[in-house]
Amino acid sequence: MTPADSRVKARLPLARAAFVVARRDFTAILFSKSFLFFLLGPLFFLAIGGVASLLSSQAIRSADSPRLAVAMAPADSAAFAAAHARLADLVDLPEIETVEPGTADDAGVLLGDSERNYGAVLSGTLAAPRLSGTEDRIERWRGPVALVAAEAGSAGAADYPQVALVPTATSVAQERSANAATATAAVTLLFLLSMLLAGMVMSNLVEEKANKIIEILAAAVPMDAVFFGKLFAMLALSFVGIAVWGGVGGAIALAGNLLEQTLAPAIGWPAFAVLFLVYFAMAYLLIGSIFLAIGSMAPTVRDVQTLSMPATILQLLVFFLASYAMTDPGSPVELFAIAFPLSSPYAMIARAAQEPALWPHALAIVWQIAAVALFVRLGARLFRKRVMKSGPAQAKKRRFWQRVAEPGAS
Amino acid sequence: MDTALGDPLTASNDTAGARRPPAIEARGLVKRFEGTTAVDGIDLTVPEGAIYGILGPNGAGKTTTLRMLLGIIDPDEGVRRVLDRDDPHDIARLIGYLPEERGLYPAMKAVEAIAFMGALRGVPLAEGRRRGRELLDGHGLGHAADKQIRQLSKGMAQTVQLLGTLVHRPRLVVLDEPFSGLDAINQGKLEALIRNLAAEGTTVIFSTHVIAHAERLCEQVAIIAAGKVPYAGSVDAARDRIPAQVRLETRAREGRWRDALPADARREGDYWYFALPETGIEPLLRALIEGEAGILSLSIERAGLHDAFVDIAGEAAARALAEQSPAETAQ
Repeated sequence: MTPADSRVKARLPLARAAFVVARRDFTAILFSKSFLFFLLGPLFFLAIGGVASLLSSQAIRSADSPRLAVAMAPADSAAFAAAHARLADLVDLPEIETVEPGTADDAGVLLGDSERNYGAVLSGTLAAPRLSGTEDRIERWRGPVALVAAEAGSAGAADYPQVALVPTATSVAQERSANAATATAAVTLLFLLSMLLAGMVMSNLVEEKANKIIEILAAAVPMDAVFFGKLFAMLALSFVGIAVWGGVGGAIALAGNLLEQTLAPAIGWPAFAVLFLVYFAMAYLLIGSIFLAIGSMAPTVRDVQTLSMPATILQLLVFFLASYAMTDPGSPVELFAIAFPLSSPYAMIARAAQEPALWPHALAIVWQIAAVALFVRLGARLFRKRVMKSGPAQAKKRRFWQRVAEPGAS
Repeated sequence: MDTALGDPLTASNDTAGARRPPAIEARGLVKRFEGTTAVDGIDLTVPEGAIYGILGPNGAGKTTTLRMLLGIIDPDEGVRRVLDRDDPHDIARLIGYLPEERGLYPAMKAVEAIAFMGALRGVPLAEGRRRGRELLDGHGLGHAADKQIRQLSKGMAQTVQLLGTLVHRPRLVVLDEPFSGLDAINQGKLEALIRNLAAEGTTVIFSTHVIAHAERLCEQVAIIAAGKVPYAGSVDAARDRIPAQVRLETRAREGRWRDALPADARREGDYWYFALPETGIEPLLRALIEGEAGILSLSIERAGLHDAFVDIAGEAAARALAEQSPAETAQ
């Protein structure tokens, strides 16, 4: 075997070595309980969200709406009640209850009565009504009270015209609302997925360190291949999960025509779906390389929890930054969120939901690929150095050979 | 440490090594961990096709040395050349490695574990499975091929890992404490396997803290203690460092023959013990006969590797070795 021949045959190429590691991880995790939990994960979120909103709406329903106690002179009270009845169908008014005029002398007693549920007390006259209550409540009811009092004090009941209603499919306001809802949903989903997967890839690595398998891998293939293999295996698994859930969710949404009613990205669904996958891959690779590097430094699962805390906090900050930035497109905050590598995928998926232009995505993807290359390279280097406590001493090695080659050289 | 030995990659510790190109050549390897020097300037030359033992107590630096040779960790100082390559990863497909701390994926089937280890060394998965079944059948574990590792006994799992080390038919096999955890029967099987590998031309290097294994298997050993290698060379040369011991029993208690004994000869019961004189046994025998000693028995006992180890590494290292595995050492 010639040296050149042996070099070609004796070293497994990095990509192939990474593929061997990735294939093992992919198949092992795909058929594991943890992946089942990963697939079922969104169900838990949906279930918890559903129960929470059910309980919340139940609580809202069961709670009595605060009423307005009308404590004016009997004639004024009657006129006020009649005007209220006329206007209640046209505008949103608080419910009212007429009380003895004398009780208004001490509004505090009425408002503090636990048997009743008064939000404010109306006294005075129709021409000069006086509203007592907490500041925010009287501020909110000031307009409706003035409107009803004016209606009650007018000579005759006003003849309100019948308004013809012409519903339209959409409006700019509704589109903006749907865009914003899409942005929120996409950023949240991106955050949850990348968080979950980065944690999984790190646990997987620590488990291998505990099982002593890492030494077999380290002896057989370069540590870079182990790093890339693990990182991309989890990415592939996440695409399986997204495909499953995207398929199920998409079918349900299409069947119920839910997407057009509540969610609508500004760039359209096909482009949005593609960009979501791209930005998800970028977000995961960025945070995953950080988490893998952390995992390489942690000897046990307990150490992982301590070491990963700063990275988790960083990821939360990134999420908050992106969430804040998407409320003000074009602002310096949004531009910063787009430029900062860790928040860039989040900010850009939010932008895809709210702005129709495609060219910024091309620029952002190029920038993010550069950042991913840098992060993955740095992560792999740290991983290689720390996972087996290894550190090349190239400079010392060179000096050694110089001494061997030139014994007289110092 | 003299590193200017001419061409360090062709130099060898003895004449046997000089005839064959070395499979492993290391010069001045140093590794420090957080201020502690685990390996302190080790030189090694492992001839191709040899069974080479690295002998020393736990903590002496055996595993760290092997890890550096394999490229799992890089040395802080020094160089190594394995199968004519500076970077062991360049020839990873030609090396098989069994680490001291055994590790397999518990949920993997035995045959899949072997195939995976083969795949890491470049064997296609299907071919790895085929070879895995062959190897398992050949070692009496055919029935366990489709069982998960977690369902196997410790000894069986260890055998599976060893077979995974060999599935790609390596030129160099590195075994770190391979006998550890094996019962006597499996230790015997492993010794036979190592001899077979060497007979096929595979270089085998293994670390052990059990002198008996090294003595039975190795042509050459490196004795390692406290991160240094005080001796590296053939087992015979190590034993020859200590003169053979003569045990003599005579009918006569006194007489002229006593003048033939060395001054440091000692008497224990009916026997005299002393080192074989440099002049050899014939002049001694002649003097004893002419001095009318009435020889009842005379035996020459060659020093064992254990005696050589004590001589080379010191009593403390030998005691540490014995304490770590009293039962194994006695085998």
